[in-house]
Amino acid sequence: MDLEFTPEERAFRDEVRRFIQDNLPASLAEKTRRNIHLDKADIVAWHRILHARGWSAPNWPKQYGGPGWTPVQRYIFDEECAAADAPPLSPFGVSMVGPVIYTFGSEAQKQKYLPRILNMEDWWCQGYSEPGSGSDLASLRTRAESDGDHYVVNGHKIWTTQAHFANMMFCLVRTDPHAKPQEGISFLLIDMTTPGITVRPIISIDEGHGVNEVFLDNVRVPKQNLIGQEGKGWTYAKFLLGNERTTIAEVATSKQRLKRLKEIARAERAFGAPLLDEPAFRDKVAAIEIDLLALEYTNLRVLAAESAGKALGPEVSMLKIRGSEIQQGITELACEALGYYAAPYERRPDGSNQPPVGPDYAQGRMEAFLYNRATTIYGGSNEIQRNIIAKMVLGL
Amino acid sequence: MDFQLSEEQKLLADSVESWLQDKYDFERWRKLVKTDLGYADENWKEMAELGWLAMPLPEDFGGLGGGAVERMLIAERFGKHLVAEPFFSTVILGAGLILEAGSQEQKAAWLPEIGEGKAKWAFAHAEHGSRFALNEVHTKAEKAGDGWVLSGKKIVVFDAPSADKLIVLARSAGAATDAQGIGLFVADANGKGVIRQDYRTVDNRRAADIVFESAPAVAALGDPAGALPAAEAVIDRAIGFMASEAVGAMQVLYETTLAYLKTRKQFGRPIGDFQVLQHRMVDMMMQVESARSLALLANLKADAPAPERAKAAAAAKVQIGKSGRWVGQQSVQLHGGMGMTDELNVGHYMKRLMMIDTTFGHADHHQKRFAALANAA
Repeated sequence: MDLEFTPEERAFRDEVRRFIQDNLPASLAEKTRRNIHLDKADIVAWHRILHARGWSAPNWPKQYGGPGWTPVQRYIFDEECAAADAPPLSPFGVSMVGPVIYTFGSEAQKQKYLPRILNMEDWWCQGYSEPGSGSDLASLRTRAESDGDHYVVNGHKIWTTQAHFANMMFCLVRTDPHAKPQEGISFLLIDMTTPGITVRPIISIDEGHGVNEVFLDNVRVPKQNLIGQEGKGWTYAKFLLGNERTTIAEVATSKQRLKRLKEIARAERAFGAPLLDEPAFRDKVAAIEIDLLALEYTNLRVLAAESAGKALGPEVSMLKIRGSEIQQGITELACEALGYYAAPYERRPDGSNQPPVGPDYAQGRMEAFLYNRATTIYGGSNEIQRNIIAKMVLGL
Repeated sequence: MDFQLSEEQKLLADSVESWLQDKYDFERWRKLVKTDLGYADENWKEMAELGWLAMPLPEDFGGLGGGAVERMLIAERFGKHLVAEPFFSTVILGAGLILEAGSQEQKAAWLPEIGEGKAKWAFAHAEHGSRFALNEVHTKAEKAGDGWVLSGKKIVVFDAPSADKLIVLARSAGAATDAQGIGLFVADANGKGVIRQDYRTVDNRRAADIVFESAPAVAALGDPAGALPAAEAVIDRAIGFMASEAVGAMQVLYETTLAYLKTRKQFGRPIGDFQVLQHRMVDMMMQVESARSLALLANLKADAPAPERAKAAAAAKVQIGKSGRWVGQQSVQLHGGMGMTDELNVGHYMKRLMMIDTTFGHADHHQKRFAALANAA
């Protein structure tokens, strides 16, 4: 047992750090630091900088154009990106549909889509949830009916993150209304420019636009866009959600936010001393730092098991539960640290205050808190995750 | 012991409730808070006509002589409907401070105007760096001839953008954290040397940061070097008001979420069938009831001797801070994706409850205060 990185891993860390230092545009780091909503061009720009270095899909094996990193290398990469305030990559292509395509897709699908994910020619979104199918995703009702060499898709998807940026959607549809719910579902790749698709924005409680409704009205999708076999979509969807649960822990992001929280609490004053020295607040920061440390080492143990070739089981739900709770805890404490200056919420179109009210470090903290209320809801709510553990791990 | 309302009090509660139901539904509120003013002058006028603005004022000054119970009844209903008009700043804080600290002449000059809806007031107390400590005041009041001039910066002054008059907590003597040497000074909100930066807050209220550059004060309320106890008394009563407002907001969240649990179906049954959500809902109910109890206590002790009054206010502030945050966040959680939307009322109540927790100090601040008071004996 050894908690330290190997010399090779340290050398890798230095290489990543140097690359980010030399290549991350200061304006992007600044926007990320202030938690200003990034626009499509920002995310594409950073993605392409990474792509030029061969790092745009950190989780992919070499044979599909990824760097073929070990789980520990991926962890180091995430840490370095977060510590430098690099914008997060859009997860829908790289982390979600990419692995589904190279694991279950046809040769033609691999040839067509994987390079376009790597260089971000395609922006993907996820057509999973529906108004009546949230936690109970398998009850989804969007229908895909066979018509020659096409499916005709009709339905209504919701909470579709970045659908307004996307030109492609991976979508769960019901191809067999008579089968058991899970068995009648198929996994389709849909071109968002196909006639019959309407994207309508949903404004969230942070007053930002990140999620959408997507209406599908007689949308014709070529059958060659079906992933794997008809009726096996649920299996692919579960594979994808399993991947999402390990990245959703957001350890690196939380570490960066904790660092920022402490900066705020050192600068803010209470009773003539730094807030971070005020016993009640200091104790809350310490408590969440310990929570985060426990999550970090749990995450590392999972990565080590993955490195040793063990398949990840339902216990990874634990990372999602703790990770989301910790993200919410840290973002809430940051607002609390600001005292009265958590209140101003006047924003320019770029998301900042106009003109800035209060200290610079107040920028974006409330937005982060509000948006992070979704982390315990999306990707399978924490209530559902606990049910999964109770049933699949504990056998209750 | 008697927790019953009198006939008059019941009538007041009913009239406030029915006016708000008629005038203040959520869709209208959404439009209202997006206007420049952030509320409606028309509503303000009607509130004056209905006697609500004069309700807590003494009869000698054109008021209706209402007390803590009347304030509480109004507050709870305002909380239910997220009322945005500056009642709290003008009537509870402004008139409250004039009444507590002002001279007979000052009361006679300003209170009737407030009751008639002719003047709006705001209380500039917070400073960056002082956090929630009321005794740490850096803004200066200096003698200039017969009067005073103010210099310094106040932050997040709620309702200042549309106020006519400001009451400024400022130091006329002593060191920055001395309890002595603090006064309450009245200034024209649009007067010379008053430089405002107006903005909207996360709960869709209006506020301003205000720099005073040798701004002349119109008057001092009471002792210009000994007004802190008066400010503390009024703030404790204001905490009672906010506690009841929070109870109203939590009640709406509780009812809305409970109804959602009974109607939203997943896995072929209402999600309220799931035990984990049932228990969550029971906890929510207990949080609301605990908050209601301590809101009641804070209001009924509003005129008690200082330590008793302060202890009750501190306890209520801790309870509504914690309950408000938890009830707000759980209501969003149990509504799932819908809870995350701007178009549903739930998120707006969560934000309002968060700002109530912040105003005059978070739960932590008041827990410390409570401990000092409760352990003193």
